[in-house]
Amino acid sequence: MVKHTRTEIRAAIGAAISSIAPEADWERLDEQVDFRRRLEIDSFDFLRILVALNQQLGVEFPEADYGRLVTLAGLVAYIEAAEQ
Amino acid sequence: MADFLMPRLGADMTEATLVAWKIQPGDLVFRGMVVAEVDTAKGIIDVECFQPGKVLELVAHEGELVPVGAVLARIEGAEALPVEGSRPRAEESGLVSEQVSKAEKPGVALEAVPDFNAAATASLPKRRLITPRARHLAEQAGIDWAKLPGAGPDGAISAADVERAIQNRSLDAESGSGNSSVQPQRSPGSRMREAIAAAMEQANREIPHYYLRAVVDMTAASAWLRQENEARPVTQRLLPVTVSLKAMGLALREVPELNGFWKEGRFEPGNGVHIGFAISMRGGGLVTPAIRDVDRLSLDQLMVRLTELIPRARTGRLKSSELKNGTCTLTSLGDLGVAAVWGVIYPPQVALMGTGQIAVRPWVVNEQVLPRPLMEVTLAGDHRASDGLIGARFLKVVDELLQTPQALRTNE
Repeated sequence: MVKHTRTEIRAAIGAAISSIAPEADWERLDEQVDFRRRLEIDSFDFLRILVALNQQLGVEFPEADYGRLVTLAGLVAYIEAAEQ
Repeated sequence: MADFLMPRLGADMTEATLVAWKIQPGDLVFRGMVVAEVDTAKGIIDVECFQPGKVLELVAHEGELVPVGAVLARIEGAEALPVEGSRPRAEESGLVSEQVSKAEKPGVALEAVPDFNAAATASLPKRRLITPRARHLAEQAGIDWAKLPGAGPDGAISAADVERAIQNRSLDAESGSGNSSVQPQRSPGSRMREAIAAAMEQANREIPHYYLRAVVDMTAASAWLRQENEARPVTQRLLPVTVSLKAMGLALREVPELNGFWKEGRFEPGNGVHIGFAISMRGGGLVTPAIRDVDRLSLDQLMVRLTELIPRARTGRLKSSELKNGTCTLTSLGDLGVAAVWGVIYPPQVALMGTGQIAVRPWVVNEQVLPRPLMEVTLAGDHRASDGLIGARFLKVVDELLQTPQALRTNE
């Protein structure tokens, strides 16, 4: 699997979030907070974010792991671990 | 030959501006083809044709204000379309009962759109409307017409507006004063707010609502979904709302008293189960485009429909066929933790189902208190059309269906 830098991963997450919540300033978001609630991202849009990241980075996100993917820090860590 | 008429896009519409033709004389048109854009007080709507034929003549001009029922174009080979019956296939736009004002002369029926949903387009960055002549004038004079106030409906800019701007510019230049020609426009968001306000005001004024609430044990549905999604890549996963939608669709088939419209003092059953799905817009407002024949779609098909529909509803432009009268509405509000929703019926529908969050709560099973994923399902019913018993029957069927999720999967 292609390994991406943290900057690339963050950029991909940012792009995915921005495509759904263009008004959100995700870079200033608390890394540890559930961004779905903070940005009012519903389950449909959350799935779209995961699909976008899957398509861009090639990482698969099992549904059982969703709980670890709802903060920026968690999402970055998950992708990094998956690419190891 | 038949006349192609300005449709009535909502009860309060009397006229609309023809923004643009999408066809030319000599063009062949087919059913479901977008032939024109018209602008009403509630936004720009893509108007679709219902009958195949050949365009003979464009009678109305772009930028022209056209009364409802007046001739827009003449089309050869098109016969008058009956207002009821002979419904086109589901994928193509069907007929709604709120049709073209029953024209005395043969007319090509155009899609009609309910008020509330017509506001969908109002949420989008508003395109400025300008007549071709006005555009030509503005460009010649070197005026940025996008910034001009328009005196036409919805701020449409006419040649007169441009001429006025040219005059003002020379006056301003003479007097040395600043730009006085730009007036504040109402924002698209406020236009949608007004449309929602009108529909909901009507609902609360005219519809004697009754409300029911059922708590549904989602253990079986959640487990089934989890198992199903485990085997699926992220691109093919099913959301719980597809299960709610399907259960609602089948329950409406079984309890048809809640599927349809209240019109002229009586209940009119819906022709098929078309569920208006409430989609909230970021930054406020909502639209409820109908998903056609929900009872006959598989969960995968429903997911495909939602995947295509929701982003377009939120960011893109809905077509008139998607803004058709749903026969009942689903509002799913659980994502932010809401336990239950007490909805307002979207007239002329007679019921609305709401779902809250699926949350693990104590539940008594076989005399034991167990943690169970529960979902509150509510029903708002129109008491003119049905009684609480009918609503209770409906919720019972929904509950039963959600206990056997594997049976919901297919398009049976």
